Parts: sequence; C-alpha cells; structure tokens
Amino acid sequence: MLVFILKRLFNAAMVMLAVAFLAFLIFRAAGDPVEIMANDQMSIEDKEALRDSLGLNDSFVTQYLRFVGNAARGDFGISYRNGQKVLGLIADRFPATMELVLVATILSLVIGIPLGVLTAIHRGRWHAEALQFVSIIGVSLPSFVVGILLILVFSVILGIAPAFGRGEVVDLGWWSTGLLTPSGRAALVLPAISLSLYQITLIMRLVRAEMMEVMRSDFVKFARARGVPRWRIQFRHALKNCLMPVITMTAMNVGALIAFALITETVFQWPGMGMLFIQAVTFLDIPVMAAYLCIISFIFVTLNTVVDIAYAVIDPRLRHATR
Amino acid sequence: MRFTSKATIGAAVVSCMLASSVSAETLRWGSPRDIYSLDPYSYGSTSNLAFLNHIYDGLVRYTPDFDIVPALATDWELIDDGKAWRFNLRKGVTFHNGAEFTADDVVASMKRVSDPKSPLRGNIPLYADVTKVDDYTVDIAVTSPSALFLNDMTNIFMFDADWLKDNGAEEPTDVGAKVEGFATHNTNGTGAFELVSRVPDSKTVLKVNDNWWDEKKHNLDMIEFMPISSPSTRVAALLSGEIDLTDGAPLQDVARLEAQPNITVVQRAELRTVLIGMNRRDTLKDGRDNFFNDLRVRQAIDMSIDRELIQKRVMRDMSRAAGTLIAPEIPGYTEELDKLTEVNVEKAKALLEEAGATGAEFTLLCMTDESVNEEDVCSALISMFTRIGLKPTLDIGPRAIQAPKRNNGEADMFLMGWANEPTLDAYSILSQVLSTREGAAGVSNRGGWSYPELDEMVKKAALELDREKRLAIETGAMQFAKDELIMLPLHQQPMAWAMTDKVEDVAIGADNKPRHWLTRLAD
Repeated sequence: MLVFILKRLFNAAMVMLAVAFLAFLIFRAAGDPVEIMANDQMSIEDKEALRDSLGLNDSFVTQYLRFVGNAARGDFGISYRNGQKVLGLIADRFPATMELVLVATILSLVIGIPLGVLTAIHRGRWHAEALQFVSIIGVSLPSFVVGILLILVFSVILGIAPAFGRGEVVDLGWWSTGLLTPSGRAALVLPAISLSLYQITLIMRLVRAEMMEVMRSDFVKFARARGVPRWRIQFRHALKNCLMPVITMTAMNVGALIAFALITETVFQWPGMGMLFIQAVTFLDIPVMAAYLCIISFIFVTLNTVVDIAYAVIDPRLRHATR
Repeated sequence: MRFTSKATIGAAVVSCMLASSVSAETLRWGSPRDIYSLDPYSYGSTSNLAFLNHIYDGLVRYTPDFDIVPALATDWELIDDGKAWRFNLRKGVTFHNGAEFTADDVVASMKRVSDPKSPLRGNIPLYADVTKVDDYTVDIAVTSPSALFLNDMTNIFMFDADWLKDNGAEEPTDVGAKVEGFATHNTNGTGAFELVSRVPDSKTVLKVNDNWWDEKKHNLDMIEFMPISSPSTRVAALLSGEIDLTDGAPLQDVARLEAQPNITVVQRAELRTVLIGMNRRDTLKDGRDNFFNDLRVRQAIDMSIDRELIQKRVMRDMSRAAGTLIAPEIPGYTEELDKLTEVNVEKAKALLEEAGATGAEFTLLCMTDESVNEEDVCSALISMFTRIGLKPTLDIGPRAIQAPKRNNGEADMFLMGWANEPTLDAYSILSQVLSTREGAAGVSNRGGWSYPELDEMVKKAALELDREKRLAIETGAMQFAKDELIMLPLHQQPMAWAMTDKVEDVAIGADNKPRHWLTRLAD
C-alpha cells in the first residue's frame, strides 16, 4: 500500500514539473513582457536593463530551474503589473473562486440528481423528453452567452440581481466570504447558475443513464415483487446505487470548474483567480501566470491522487494491478 | 444627506434590489479596467495616473482644456540662465495624514521618481536635479530650458517625505528585486479625495478631503470606483442603475444607450492619432531592398488610403479622419497641414510603376488589443493597398506578441497610436517618434528613419524659450514630416462616456482622463 501511495505521489510531482515546463515554453512564445510594461518614453537601454533585472535574458533552462526552485519554497515572486506578491494576490482571490465553485457544485447536485431520476423513471413521457431536449441547450450554450443572457434578464429587465461584482464581503481570518451578507448572496446567484448549468445537465444525464441501468437489475425486480412502494425503490434503493459515479465525477470536476470559472468570472467581474489570470495574460505578467497554472494543476493533481488512493483503498484489485 | 421623502423611498427600494447602497452624493464609477497600483510611480498607464490624480496632486496641473495652472506650486520661473526652474510652493497644504506640505516633500518625491529603478523616469527627460531653497521654495535643475518641462511635471505627484521614510518607501518599487512596496497598497496625498478602501478588481472607495487646498467645485461625498472589464456587463450595469457613469462605453452599444431616456452618451475624438509607419531601414527583414525608402511609393500608399471611407464605414462615423500626425488640441497643430490626401488610385498605380514597386509584397502588422477597431481598420487598409497593385499580407495578433516585432524592425508596415502624452505638445511626437533614434531621442521611432534636417529643427525647438517661436519651429517640422511622409496619419480614434441622469455635470477632456473633482451630481 505504501509503495502504491509513494508511486502516486511521485507521479503527481512529475506532472507538476511537466506543467511548469510547458507553462514556461508557452511564455517564451507569448511575447516580451518588458514591451508591455514599458511606457513609450522608455529608452532601449532602460528596457534592456529591466529585462536583465527580471532575469528574462537568462537561458530557458536557467529561468525554468530558478522558477521551480523558488516555487518549491513557496516563492512565486512579485507581479510585473502591480508589484504585489503573487502568492498574496492569488490567496486574496482564492476564496471568491472557491465559493463560486462550491455553490455551483451544490446547485448542480441539488438540481441535477432529481432531474436525472425524473427523466429516467418517466422516460418516454413528454415532460421527461422536454427536459432531455432542454439539457442539450445547457450542454451546448457557451457559458459566456449564458452569463450575458442571465444578466440581461435578471439585472437589466427584471432588476432583481446585481450584474457584476461580489457584493459586501466579511473577512474571517484570511478567508473573505460573501455568504454572510445579503448583497454577497445576491451577487452569487447569477454567476453560480451560469457556472453550474453545464454541470447540471451533465449530472442529470449521468444519473438518468445509471438509473435506467439500475432499474433493470434483479434486485429492483425482487423489491417490486415484494411489494415495496415504487417511490421507495426509486429514491431509496435505485438512486443509492447510482451515486458512486456521480460523486466521483463531481469530485473530479471541481478542478475543471475552477478552471472554467475564469469565463464566468470575466463576464460577472467576479474577483476570483480566473479574472486575475486573464488580466495577467493580457499584461504578460509571467509570475502570476506561472503561479496560477501551477496552483490549478496542483488542485487537479491532488484531486486525482486522492481519488486514485481512495479507489485503491476500496478496491484491492487496483493495488495489485499497478504493482 | 438631504432627501425628499419620495427620493428616500426610491433610494430604499433601489438599495434593497442592488448590491451597493445608493446615496445622492456617491458617484458610482464603472471603468473598463482596474488601476494597477496605488503607487503613482509604478508601471502605471495614463488611466492609472488619472485615477491617482484624485488622491495626489502635482506641482502644476492641466485644466480640461490643457492650460497649465498652479496646483501645489503657486508660481514658477526659470532661473540661472535657464538651467533651473524655481517653484514657490503653496502654504498651508496638508496631506491626508495631517502632515504639512513643504519643500522637503518635493525633494523626496523628485528623488524617488528620478531613481534609476523608477518606471516613470522617462516621463521627465529634462530633469537633472532638485534642491531645497527654503521650506516653501525648491529649484529643479533641467538639461534644457524648454517650458515643456512643466507639461511633463503635471504627471509627477507629490509624496510626503516623512511618510515615505517611515514606511521604507523612499525608493520606487523594484519588480526585479521581488519586494512589495508600501506605496503600492497605501496612499497619503494632498488631493481632493482620500482612500477609504480598496479591493483589487472589485471596488476602490474614495471619500472627500474636506481640507483640500483648492476651491471645491464638485458635490461628491464618496466615489466608488468599480472595474467591469466585460463591455456587455458594463452596459448592463449602467442600464440597471448599478453604476452612474462609465468612462468606457463600448462603441457598438452607443446607439442602444442613446435610445434610453435616462442615459446620456458623450462621445468625441480623443487625442490619440492612429498612424501608419513603414520600415525605413536599408533592407526589409527578409533581406530585400527596402522600396519604402522611395518617396513615390510612400506617396502612392498615402493616395490609396480612403480615410473618409474608413471614418464612415469602419469607425461608424465616430472617429475623425486626420490629415496630419497630431490632433487639433495639441499645440503645434495647424489647419493647413490637416488636409486629407486626395484618393487617386490611377495616380498611385502610376507612381508605383515608376518606382518599380508594382506587385511588391509586404506585411502589415496589426494588434487585436491596441487601437479601436484595429482589426477592421487593417482589413480595410489591406484591400486599399491591393487596389493600387501592392501585395500586402496581414499579420495580426495580441500586443504582447506584436509589440516586440514592431520595435525590432521585423514589421514592414505597422500601425501605432500616439497621444503626445504627457507632454501634450507636438514636441512629443517630433522628439520621440520622428527623430533619429539616439539616446532619449526617437525612443519610439519604430521604423528606423533618420532625417538630420528634422533632428536639427527638434533640437532648436527644445532650446527655444518663447512659446510662439517654438510652436512655429514645430509646425515647420510637422510640414517637413508631411512632405516626406515619414508616417501616414489615419484618424483620431473615438471615445465615449455614458452616464445616467443622476450625473449633472462632468468634465470630459480629449485626453479621456476623468477629473471628478469637477463632477456634480443632481440633488
């Protein structure tokens, strides 16, 4: 078991190194940050001096190793754009993104699971088919379009939800939360719906497929023969058997949602990490971009590793298969 | 706060619905971008400095019509045969922390901004040294007696010397050194407003400074500055009444906003002139002889551009077609120079034939994120060049990738904008763009051209003390640039502000800088 975990952790570390390497390759192709930082009045010599002091004239390998060395000590440097510590910048925005992602995840479960059950047990009826059809729209509409539509309807026409921002926030230590104020909760509604829409349809379809599978199985037939009430079979016994893959997928998708959130954040001016990243890209703020990519991949890798290890704990066959 | 009972009910209803509370004296200002830093000597853009001007003051400042008027200095004169400027400082000015403004503060500020690590150092090219004469007099030594030094000084804001010292911020923040600066997060100015709170990308709140030295023309108590980067969200926020004003109304939404009964849109051409530059080194990047060095080719290209068509179709009647390289607001501008070149396809073809450049291939370098509608402008240019028998290809991409190519001579032809800021004088484009690249001269000469005659004129202008005579020399140099077609003017790009009827009066200058110490809200 120990060997298995060590192996997994080693793999995770390799993935992180590879991500940092790819990130650096991309930065080299992305252009020259000094040209973006400098104003029109700056002379060529000053630009060259700045490039030197930022270490941009060093070889690719030197820059990469320096970055990895510093990052391992938790030092991501300071932002080219505003001279602030990168780790601080990201830590300030992390709660905003996490709250958005968590609320979106909860929404997707609370709405997606019942809808999935409904469409499975009422298969063929008009309302179930209609839901199925609507869910295609949910999967295929890009999230920025959904965001703009929501703003148009609920902010501009109905005037019941704010179009942008995070409302008032309350600081709990280093974590700033918008969940404790009315304006913070109001501001969360539209972005969370916009982010969860895709996830809702995904979960609905997954539950539907699983549910139909389970409803055909023998134990359901036995239960029915025994005279167990229909709703009890459906929601108690059958649903329980569908949830394993749903939970796995939800856990894995938290990482994807954090990454996807950047579009939602840009549309709603949600002050999260994605917003920070988009701005860093336009400014070629390499320290911020590098740190963001590393932290996102760290979250992905951690989630994957935890799921892998958890599976191995549950299912001994996996442990032996990888040995 | 005074409300009529009806307004109170209205305000209560609105504040239940919306995120931020509404009071009659708070200006909610939605901007396309957040400020980068609270430090006025950082890698700040013009918009960053314009925002910080609400918190900090300089020794001198511009009116919305670009006259230089006293701010923290009451008067000034050239001394020592033009080797230095003597500034008499305003007495009784206090910083937001209560400290008095004196000559020591000017000395500390000038030392900080002229530090080798200071990103703003290039903005004061004439600066040499600073000395304190007495508590309310400072001498600033300059390398040339040009009055343009005062123009440059409008962007140099004054810090409190003790505050800088106490907080270890006497030197500018060095991004290479990986240390945060105190002034990046904290402010202590003399300006009309002081900082209450700032959450990056969300909201920066300012409140009125009751001890401001200047006569209070505004009626604001608070300013809530909220960046909204997505254009459609910005428009939605204005329509839903969550913001009162935006200084970046998307041009494609102007018509829609104007149709709203309670929204006013103000649009005008701004100072920035979009210019076409050509590579003027001996050979092009691929080693071919540079046909752009033939004046006939440049004339043909100039003749092929239908500026009025671009103004009408591509810019939807919102830009101003330009015949000269600077906007009408910039001193040194003359109407005679601003005549548009007549479009003449046949003559252009003949000129190209004569120069042997028919069918010449070249790339036009454009950016997706620099000037307004640049992508469409460039496509239009491509078809206009093709019409006279050239073979242009379009190279378009984000600024981060394109800017290095434009600077190191890889581009055959390129677009660039020049606003003549912060100097606001033709001297800016003449010395920094049109002059031969050498030291501080020609730093933005991206095509590598060199005209010694023009360089001479620019040097003469720098030494000329009399404003009228200087402007005459500059106009002569602009004429020379037009005759030689060093660069081709295209247009002044449009800007648009939109506001609800809560905003009664706001000063909108061609420099696109907010000056909310002049803004009045309706009661």
